[in-house]
Amino acid sequence: MALVLTEEQSMLKSSAREYLKENAPVAALRKLRDDKDEKGYDPTVWKAMAEMGWASLTIPESYGGLDFGYTGLGQILEETGRTLTASPLVSTVLLGTTLIKQGGTEAQKAALLPEIAEGNLLIALAAEETSAHKPTKIAATYTSLGKTHAVSGKKVFVLDGHVADKFIVSATRDGKTSLLIVNADAKGVSVERTIMMDSRNAANVTFDNAEAILLGEEGNGIAVLEATLDIARIGLAAEMLGTTCEAFDRTIAYLKERQQFGVPIGVFQGLQHRAAHMYCEIENCKSVVIAALQAIDKGSKKVPMLASLAKAKLGKTLQLVSNEAIQMFGGIGMTDDEEIGFFLKRARVAQQTFGDYNYHLDRYAKMNNY
Amino acid sequence: MEVATSAAPTALETFRMETRAWLEANCPESQRQSVKSYTDMYWGGKNPVFNSDDQKVWFERMLEKNWTVPHWPKEYGGGGLSKEENKVLKEEMGRLGCRPPLYNFGISMLGPALLKFANDGQKDHFLNLITAGKLWWCQGYSEPGAGSDLANLQTSAEDKGDHYLVNGQKVWTSFADKSDWIFCLVRTDPEAPKHSGISFLLIDMSSEGVSTRPIKLLSGNSPFCETFFDNVKVPKENLVGKENAGWTIAKYLLTHEREMIGGVGDTEQKTPLHKFALDHVGLENDILADTILRGDVAKWEMDDAIFKMTISRTMDEVKAGQSLGASSSFFKYYATELNKQKLELQMSLAGTAGNQWEGEASDEGRLPRYFCRTKANSIEGGTSEVQLNIISKRILGLPSK
Ligand SMILES: Cc1cc2nc3c(=O)[nH]c(=O)nc-3n(C[C@H](O)[C@H](O)[C@H](O)COP(=O)(O)OP(=O)(O)OC[C@H]3O[C@@H](n4cnc5c(N)ncnc54)[C@H](O)[C@@H]3O)c2cc1C
Ligand SMILES: Cc1cc2nc3c(=O)[nH]c(=O)nc-3n(C[C@H](O)[C@H](O)[C@H](O)COP(=O)(O)OP(=O)(O)OC[C@H]3O[C@@H](n4cnc5c(N)ncnc54)[C@H](O)[C@@H]3O)c2cc1C
Repeated sequence: MALVLTEEQSMLKSSAREYLKENAPVAALRKLRDDKDEKGYDPTVWKAMAEMGWASLTIPESYGGLDFGYTGLGQILEETGRTLTASPLVSTVLLGTTLIKQGGTEAQKAALLPEIAEGNLLIALAAEETSAHKPTKIAATYTSLGKTHAVSGKKVFVLDGHVADKFIVSATRDGKTSLLIVNADAKGVSVERTIMMDSRNAANVTFDNAEAILLGEEGNGIAVLEATLDIARIGLAAEMLGTTCEAFDRTIAYLKERQQFGVPIGVFQGLQHRAAHMYCEIENCKSVVIAALQAIDKGSKKVPMLASLAKAKLGKTLQLVSNEAIQMFGGIGMTDDEEIGFFLKRARVAQQTFGDYNYHLDRYAKMNNY
Repeated sequence: MEVATSAAPTALETFRMETRAWLEANCPESQRQSVKSYTDMYWGGKNPVFNSDDQKVWFERMLEKNWTVPHWPKEYGGGGLSKEENKVLKEEMGRLGCRPPLYNFGISMLGPALLKFANDGQKDHFLNLITAGKLWWCQGYSEPGAGSDLANLQTSAEDKGDHYLVNGQKVWTSFADKSDWIFCLVRTDPEAPKHSGISFLLIDMSSEGVSTRPIKLLSGNSPFCETFFDNVKVPKENLVGKENAGWTIAKYLLTHEREMIGGVGDTEQKTPLHKFALDHVGLENDILADTILRGDVAKWEMDDAIFKMTISRTMDEVKAGQSLGASSSFFKYYATELNKQKLELQMSLAGTAGNQWEGEASDEGRLPRYFCRTKANSIEGGTSEVQLNIISKRILGLPSK
């Protein structure tokens, strides 16, 4: 498959860019932050996203979706990366939908996916337990209550945890790992919102014998979680690509505009070469992201490898570009008034989400048996 | 996104199957291993030197198929393959590990410039000689005072009516002592601003007054020379394009040189770096025994794998025959920096054994000599700094003042 977008995918991307520029720019994130907004996202924007079909892109038509594929969703995520838009796209669409598609029973898919497509249901994955990404090291447990189950454990960094309607929780019983669905209003669930540096939603969630039902089969938790995380890593890499490109574009524009020594600072070779090097790394980022997105849609065996490649490369490059952006903006870049700092802050949270650079470097080496 | 499997094969699929079968039947075993140095390559020329019968057989079979330069038009001895067919051929050659049957600056550098700028007579004459491997070409660009600042070149070509009289000196001319012809930048108008007085001239190296002197490299090899022109008479018909309009051709040719150095279209399967690492360092607790180098190796392999994806993406994006223009600078820069890093890592992984310069055990210092050679990667064809300047100005539009 050629590493280029189809015409439909390009159109989706440009319409997303138009919409987000108007309705959810960086200023909107700043406002959510400054207002200490209780939800941490704008429900009107989310409703509009659902109406435009963004929540249904990866849902099969038989469940009320558009079945447009992850390459399409990746274009939306890339554009939300440019505007740093806070929305439930990652928690509910990238993670939630994928978990249900990969692991859910027929009845669960039929019940939940159309609700997600409509924008009526928010899902949060409660998987992480430590500050470092170790998705398969799980201390949370569950017990059987016959038809239902009860989950206990502490989960951290649950994206959209304090606004979700349902959690999908990883937990073990007798050496088996499963995923379980817990309603947010169930007894025994306590949610503590954590304010993160990127002003996006996350929470610590404690489950104390909270009532749960299995997502699909008992014991398939690791497989479903790993497959979902790989897709999420690629989707997040797409978002990070947008963030990287936008921070870079703003920096280049600043180099052309800021005058010192009677010339635009972009004249100085000490800055030019660093900018040119970033350009090269960004070209590579574009390639790995589109290759990885297309691999998901093809159902390729290379998805895990590409997920690590994409997440590692974007993590490293976004780190480079966001640091250089601040440096090249000079003193102004250190101020809260200037938006470039939001990119630095988002970069650090995105880096930690679903495994950082070192995690994926190590995983890549292991996948190649060294 | 299901791909129909039962339908009749497309023309391209048929081409792939036929190509695969033909290569399997016709490429000798010894020509399916990657070349170790330029001495393993067949360069063609008036006095061809084959270093094995297999090399000769492989060249002749590919020549008969018009696949020495498969993507050039048939009228010039090319294969007339479409962009897609050419990609398939390269992929299939890469799959089997087949070496290109003919290396020559005529193919990778001069040819594209002739196709775009030469007159019909020149195209007919020179392109056919190139595809047939009849001439070994060298590149006469750099001079002692004109390296990165190439347009500062001083070798002069004086109009003498029916011929030019060429005087001056070129330097770093790769293979000048072995070449039959040189494509040369000369100054035809010393009064004009420096970019506007340059012409693009083809010179027969056997002309009276041409001499070469080899220069020895760090690696101990001496594949390149100083080239001297002392009252050399060059027929006017050897001028490509218009007089004093050579700079455009020179720059266009450089984009092709940079694409080549940048590995664009290169499908050769190289041994993965981690295999080298495992051979030299081994495993401990299932991971590479040197955990710090393990991270470096993984980083390099990831960057390399992703860069290859960029090459594919670019090939998918550009139209057939279209030049990459300024983005050739990106490929040139990135590929050469990667290759240098790779050899740095191999030197670290090999330890003191990798420092052995002579003797059988080290294959006469193959690794350290190659390590030294890679340092030129980011110099030849325009330095890394020059590529970064081009990216800054031509792609990012950063100001010069
Ligand atoms: C936290 C903080 C506290 C500060 N406190 C004080 C204070 O108490 N008193 C005070 O007077 N000032 C203070 N400053 C200001 C500080 O000294 C300036 O920010 C600094 O000198 C850079 O100037 P600038 O911000 O205008 O950046 P610019 O000069 O606009 O630089 C922007 C970018 O261009 C680069 N650049 C500029 N010129 C060149 C060149 N010739 N070659 C290559 N690159 C170039 C810079 O390195 C930078 O990356 C403070 C700044 C900060 C961030
Ligand atoms: C192995 C090898 C094979 C070669 N083969 C050929 C050949 O076949 N034909 C041919 O014509 N030439 C050939 N060359 C020459 C090659 O093209 C030149 O070496 C190259 O263009 C650099 O020129 P220079 O060596 O004069 O370095 P210089 O131009 O003197 O550069 C010295 C240093 O200064 C830096 N520098 C120069 N200008 C700038 C600038 N504006 N901004 C920032 N940094 C700058 C350079 O990047 C470099 O690091 C070959 C070179 C090598 C090493």
